Amino acid sequence: MKSLAELAAIREKMKDKVILREGSGEIRVVVGMATCGIAAGARPVLNAFVEGVNKEGLADKVTVSQTGCIGVCQFEPVVEVFEADKEKVTYIKMTPEKAAEVIEKHLKGGQVIADYTITKALA
Amino acid sequence: MKELSLNILDIAQNSVKAGATLVEIQLTETAETLTIRIVDNGCGMTAAQVESVMDPFFTTRTTRSVGLGVPLLKLAAEQTGGSVEIASSAEAADHGTAVTALFYKNHIDFTPLGDIISTVTALIQGAPGIDWRFVHSRGGDAVTLDTRELRAVLGDVPLDQYDVMQWIGDYLREGYEALPACE
Repeated sequence: MKSLAELAAIREKMKDKVILREGSGEIRVVVGMATCGIAAGARPVLNAFVEGVNKEGLADKVTVSQTGCIGVCQFEPVVEVFEADKEKVTYIKMTPEKAAEVIEKHLKGGQVIADYTITKALA
Repeated sequence: MKELSLNILDIAQNSVKAGATLVEIQLTETAETLTIRIVDNGCGMTAAQVESVMDPFFTTRTTRSVGLGVPLLKLAAEQTGGSVEIASSAEAADHGTAVTALFYKNHIDFTPLGDIISTVTALIQGAPGIDWRFVHSRGGDAVTLDTRELRAVLGDVPLDQYDVMQWIGDYLREGYEALPACE
């Protein structure tokens, strides 16, 4: 059974680490979680990013957060990737599978997946 | 929405936007009904605002601050013969909002609850600085999560720390395994 004692152990483990807070990452992944995004499937996309970023050991440089309606509801689920000194990348019609690819190629490898971006859709 | 848990995720975001410091999500099931209550201590709404979130197409709103969230919940409830009620106060002394939705589970148009655990974890991940209380009661038993209790043990460790998020997910999954099924 899960117990509060396990949380105490997490606290103990974290004591010697610098606790990562929102905004400390070099890369910010923002998932649109308004009515339009949620209805289009943003929840599993958010989960995929939260889990994937942690499992791939990217948590110290990537933060995953949520936002409201980005204004392009027809392209939801929408995910924006912000990186210092780089242009914002807007991924559209995201799925957990595409999220895994973005983590691997873009967040890890630094390679934007052009096919999934809004730029491509509007071109 | 394909799952009621998605409506809950959507509606509870409004509580976060209203500046709530505590949001309670209560699911209560009987053999025939499911009642979803989302109660917050946010800034609340005036009677006119409550009216407008219920029926946004009949307002003269000039901003996009009111959306389709509540109407979608209302549709999901009413298509089972149920209803949605909103009680809200913007008074300084007791501000907050309570959204109550009643569903008849045996109606052919009842939308399944779906992945409620993902909704709870997504809400906590999105607003780890406020407190969340989740209670799902069924058949005399309940799954309960109160982040105030977690915080008392965690101290400075934020709720959105990945180990903590995983613990919350596992804790809820275990709770649901022990919860008796409802016919």
